[in-house]
Amino acid sequence: MKQSTSNMTAALALTFAGLLSQPVQAQTEIQWWHAMGGALGEWVNDLAKDFNATQTAYKIVPVFKGSYDEAMTAAIAAFRAGNAPHILQVFEVGTATMMASKGAIQPVAEVMKTAGVAFNPAAYVPAVAGYYTAPNGEMLSFPFNSSTTVFHYNKDAFKTAGLDPEKPPKTWAEVADASAKLKASGHACPFTTSWVSWTQLESFSTWHNNEFATKGNGMDGIDARLTFNSPLHVRHIENLANMAKKGEFVYKGRGNAADAVFVSGECAMMTGSSGLYGNIKRNAKFASGISTLPYYADVQGAPQNTVIGGASLWVMSGKKADEYKGVAQFFAFLSTPEQAAKSHQLTGYLPLTLASFELTEKSGFYKENPGTDVAVTQMIRKTTDKSRGIRLGNFVQIRTIIDEELEPVWSGKVAPKAALDAAVKRGNEQLERFQKANSR
Amino acid sequence: MEKKVRFNSCWLPWLLIAPQMCVVLVFFFWPAGRAIYQSVLNEDAFGTSTEFVGLENFTRLFNDATYLQSFQTTAIFSLLVAVCGLTLALLLAVMADRVLRGAGVYKTLLIWPYAVASAVAGVVWLFMFASPMGVVAYTLRALGMNWNHLLDPADAMALIVMAAVWKQISYNFLFFLAGLQSIPRSLIEAAAIDGASPWYRFRTIVFPLLSPTTFFLLVINVVYAFFDTFAIVDAATHGGPGKATSILVYKVYYDGFKAMDLGGSAAQSVILMLIVVTLTVVQFKFVERKVQY
Repeated sequence: MKQSTSNMTAALALTFAGLLSQPVQAQTEIQWWHAMGGALGEWVNDLAKDFNATQTAYKIVPVFKGSYDEAMTAAIAAFRAGNAPHILQVFEVGTATMMASKGAIQPVAEVMKTAGVAFNPAAYVPAVAGYYTAPNGEMLSFPFNSSTTVFHYNKDAFKTAGLDPEKPPKTWAEVADASAKLKASGHACPFTTSWVSWTQLESFSTWHNNEFATKGNGMDGIDARLTFNSPLHVRHIENLANMAKKGEFVYKGRGNAADAVFVSGECAMMTGSSGLYGNIKRNAKFASGISTLPYYADVQGAPQNTVIGGASLWVMSGKKADEYKGVAQFFAFLSTPEQAAKSHQLTGYLPLTLASFELTEKSGFYKENPGTDVAVTQMIRKTTDKSRGIRLGNFVQIRTIIDEELEPVWSGKVAPKAALDAAVKRGNEQLERFQKANSR
Repeated sequence: MEKKVRFNSCWLPWLLIAPQMCVVLVFFFWPAGRAIYQSVLNEDAFGTSTEFVGLENFTRLFNDATYLQSFQTTAIFSLLVAVCGLTLALLLAVMADRVLRGAGVYKTLLIWPYAVASAVAGVVWLFMFASPMGVVAYTLRALGMNWNHLLDPADAMALIVMAAVWKQISYNFLFFLAGLQSIPRSLIEAAAIDGASPWYRFRTIVFPLLSPTTFFLLVINVVYAFFDTFAIVDAATHGGPGKATSILVYKVYYDGFKAMDLGGSAAQSVILMLIVVTLTVVQFKFVERKVQY
């Protein structure tokens, strides 16, 4: 009842917005809805401005729509009302939903081909582009801003605790050691993490070359089922639960809530997004470092590679051929080595193409900014069937289920094995529903 | 005393209530009808494929243990919000009614929170209790109490109850104050002359005369707690830790807007609507008998 009212209001508002923004000029306007606020919002606006300056036929109009899920909800309401934007930025967990909505989207590969714009899927970073590519090899969305999981640490706190600030912990055993020393030096929050599911289960799985779910983590089909209650996963969550009991791991909430407490200096070490780099650089009042995600040294095949986060750009269906031509030209503009390298260096997101990575390397950027290459080297590796990526239906719900089941573990009320079993069971119900809904 | 206005025309009364009826039809019956219609459908997020699934959305809900558990959570939450909200507001209204100097200032300050959006109320309370920087969390720790709403279910529940009560207190306060001011002074003065203590006067004269207001507010507060609090939960706890603060309306919001499961979300709002309708009928049937108009 409530949501229908809101949907209707949103639809009405969008209708009026649509009426008001009818183009008067001959230029073809292309609506781009995104979820980039703050400094990243300026980056997006600059991209549009720069592209608009290169030609006169098209005008990219970026519109900030709030958080990732708000942007997606707004676009869905708009699509239902026949007012969808041309380009929509969707976070990585929404990928399976977008892929399943065949009538709503236009595959990027097709958009490029029809528009007659040169397009070579092999030019893009494989671990990133592969995630947004259908099993038949067709690239479905444009890998705009991808991040991955890294380890951030506070060098000043390391010094105070008598740890070597230039030697960050590489394994979980070393993380536990460092946490104990930080705790002993009086630090109230030695270690925390953002995005518990993404860092501690998803990337953890691929980093150890273990499956998070069957069917190549869902990349090979929608009949995948979760497997993150394996002995290795249980061992890791037990390890974290023990650290929590000793006050060495402090849970700071769901999503990216822990980002703020690391930047403020309250927590000394964290696992989180590589995209946090810009924020730390600008706002942290201490020296900080980036290192690779910790692993268990005795696990064979570790470290493998981490999984991506961030978002990609989807092209919505039902637009005019001429408008798609503009979209294709814009994507080609974003993919030029110079432009892609500039974006990568500015934001800390992964490089879009291999050429932009080489360009950045040649320019000496990684040497001048130590740690900025960690995310890249974690991703640009030969992937395995178990580490290619994780793409599951109803992933938003699965991540929430994981948060819900693990919170009682951090407070010591539930055993790690029981919690992971429960999360797998509830998560599988979501996967079964997604499979059923999409195979009818 | 006859106060009723009599209409001799048969169409005028209908014409007069027509604007209100239009509002009710468009903003209540139409969305409610849509919700019922949507609750028997299974749709993908963009609505490109729609399928009639009968009562599947409902059976799925009732097979979900976490959904059944959230009924209990909702009952506790609503009870706490209604009882605390009414008690505090009544206390404040009685106090404000007695204030002689600066009454306007007190009243304005007490009415203020009503202008605050639910989500903002949630964030404000979250900031005060966020450990370790929050003002209240800091004080509590200094007193030797370890506040952690991120992991302690009771703390989390207390947090959203406080935010929800605070948000609604102005509304309750306004009605109680108006109710108090309409009680004839002569009754209270007569009792005072007879030697009745302030508490005795309140219990035997003021409270019974306030009962229509109290009853009205009880209904409003229960509806408020059931429907209007999802933004507070979303901003303050996201329904956590675990599912400790995941009340029914929050799940409606989450499934509809975050998880894009419109059928499931619509089915839940239909259930929620039935609960509130039942509760309201029960309140009118049983509680209203004790009300003296």
